[in-house]
Amino acid sequence: MADTPLPLEVRNIKKRFGDTDVLKGLSLTAHKGDVITLIGASGSGKSTFLRCMNLLEQPDEGQLIVHGEEVRFKRTRHGREPADWQQVVRMRAKLSMVFQSFNLWAHMTLLENVIEAPVHVLGKPKKEAIEHARALLDRVGLTERADAYPAQMSGGQQQRGAIARALAMDPEVMLFDEPTSALDPELVGDVLKVMRDLAAEGRTMIVVTHEMAFARDVSSQVIYLHQGVIEESGPPDEVIGNPQSERLRQFLAPKH
Amino acid sequence: MIDLHGYGPRLAEGALITIELALLSLVLAVVLGLLTASAKMSRSWLAHRLGTLYTTVIRGVPDLVLMMLLFFGGQMGVNLFTDWLYYQFDIDIFININEFVAGVVTIGLIFGAYMGETFRGAFMAVDSGQIEAGRAYGMGPWLVFRRIRFPLMMRHALPGISNNWMVLLKTTALVSVIGLSDMVRVAAEASKATREPFTFMLIVAAIYLLIASVSEWVFARLQKRYDIGYGEVE
Amino acid sequence: MEALLERLEGLLADNSIFTLQTLSYYGEGLVTTVQLVFLSLVIGLVAAVPLAIGRGSKRPWVKWPIFAYTYVFRGTPLLVQLYLIYYGVVFVEGIQETWLWVILEKPFVPALIAFTLNTAAYTTEIFHGAIKATPRGEIEAARAYGMSRRLMMRRIVLPSAFRRALPAYGNEVIFMLHASAIASVVTIMDLTGAARFVYARYYAPFEAFLFVAAIYLCVTFAILFFFRWLEKRLLAHLKPAGG
Repeated sequence: MADTPLPLEVRNIKKRFGDTDVLKGLSLTAHKGDVITLIGASGSGKSTFLRCMNLLEQPDEGQLIVHGEEVRFKRTRHGREPADWQQVVRMRAKLSMVFQSFNLWAHMTLLENVIEAPVHVLGKPKKEAIEHARALLDRVGLTERADAYPAQMSGGQQQRGAIARALAMDPEVMLFDEPTSALDPELVGDVLKVMRDLAAEGRTMIVVTHEMAFARDVSSQVIYLHQGVIEESGPPDEVIGNPQSERLRQFLAPKH
Repeated sequence: MIDLHGYGPRLAEGALITIELALLSLVLAVVLGLLTASAKMSRSWLAHRLGTLYTTVIRGVPDLVLMMLLFFGGQMGVNLFTDWLYYQFDIDIFININEFVAGVVTIGLIFGAYMGETFRGAFMAVDSGQIEAGRAYGMGPWLVFRRIRFPLMMRHALPGISNNWMVLLKTTALVSVIGLSDMVRVAAEASKATREPFTFMLIVAAIYLLIASVSEWVFARLQKRYDIGYGEVE
Repeated sequence: MEALLERLEGLLADNSIFTLQTLSYYGEGLVTTVQLVFLSLVIGLVAAVPLAIGRGSKRPWVKWPIFAYTYVFRGTPLLVQLYLIYYGVVFVEGIQETWLWVILEKPFVPALIAFTLNTAAYTTEIFHGAIKATPRGEIEAARAYGMSRRLMMRRIVLPSAFRRALPAYGNEVIFMLHASAIASVVTIMDLTGAARFVYARYYAPFEAFLFVAAIYLCVTFAILFFFRWLEKRLLAHLKPAGG
């Protein structure tokens, strides 16, 4: 093996909503084991950028290369669309996403949520999927709640369950979209701890977050976005420890 | 042009009967509905029970059965009464229950129960603080009801009233079964006589859809009026 | 069984209207009503699922015809629909010479067609509303996990929509039970037909219609309780209580 393909490479992504340019040509490369955090004020485009990576938003321009396979696009009268939805499905299965509002499927128990995509998208045997799911629920500390429905769990439990659901896909890269923003402060810690463990075991992760301590301690790379442009990027000691621009300094300054 | 075989004028009369019947039943249903809602919300045990009994029974039995019960049964009740008058007081009268009146009473009675539920929900949705404010400014109960509670309640009740009206309109077709010459009965007669059911039934269907569309427009206007002060910021 | 019948006969001995004979009319009427309502509901339900999906389609030639269908069938009285199909079938030129006449001769089939078309229209709108109310986040999660449109519909959207639609569908079932009373208008001996027959024969409106009203009330309550029970079982996941 000369060179294993990069888990995810994104080049020159552009996105407009109506008349506003939301993303103005963003690129990012995730090597295996990287933890990349995207920070920035609300409206800076960081969530849109993340959602473009698995095509929940369609980028107007740019390239997307997942595990060495480039996503093909075609032009239609509605704009640019993926040329082959089969390919999109395949690629999404390699990037699993954890959402701000958890988005667990309300009519399924936690265990059913976790095995749903492995069984029906990846075609894994059910028995095997259940075994794997139980082990994952163990890891996130939800052994007891396997048969609970999402509405019966706290926000923190739901989010940890959602992380187990993402892990069940054996993803190439995990995408986290502000995973702690919808949680009560006392529940944030448990979720962050699970994420730190994942980083420590070498998972490739891209995280949109407001948790600066997490970004500083865990990431291998921090990207600061402002109005759809990467303003600063680099290891956390540089970006957070020694910000260059006035804007980033203000953004990082403790709020009173 | 569509050949109506001379049934045109009767069909028009039938349509008029349908509309009159529907509107009068609506008035009765609204009055009964307000009474039922008050009964169900009252502190009196008896009123509450009676209100619940009324809405449960009406909503548990088919409209057509209630209509026949009231129409045929009502006629028999009246006959028994006039017989009794004759034997007791030698008063000889004959009262024939008019199909139109029977229709209005039955449909009003049926939809009074549904309206009762609509109004009850709407009254309960009114912010009690605003009622208290009315009382605090020295308004009596009737004044509070008329000036504050009722207009606030209507905003919540209108979607339900609109819904009930649409169902009521279609229920009027049942009076053709007890012999009232509404447009459905005329169309049924014409269908049998001319063997052209599609012509007549489709015309009637179109008239129902037309009335429904006009009502929808009216209710949208009304809703706008009662939504004043609640509209989204523009 | 025989002893029971005898006792019943004894009880009814003083009653000129409720004889075993009339009671059997009501019994057969109940069977006819249940058959008619059940069959139309089942066929209507099966038809409503694809119709509801099509109703929410982006393609105008799929969406608009379905909308027109539900608009017309929900906007006009069931009685008009029944007449249209009943007379429409009977007056088709030459139909009486075809094999179809064997089934169409009896009013049951035209009534079944009318009821089915009617309940399918209402059920389509109920499901359409429930599908539209699927939380956006759940759909996003399904897409993000690589589900195709079909798989997402089958595994996520429909199962949760069915549960959400349950209370409204329970109302539709009761509505159909009550609406089926008009079958008697085209000479079907359903429950109401039996009551009308007894009324006409004995000129006893109170007995005939109050009795049938009581039967309808009982069936209504049975349906109501069945759906309550079903909701309790299937909607458990929406209750926040720990478990």
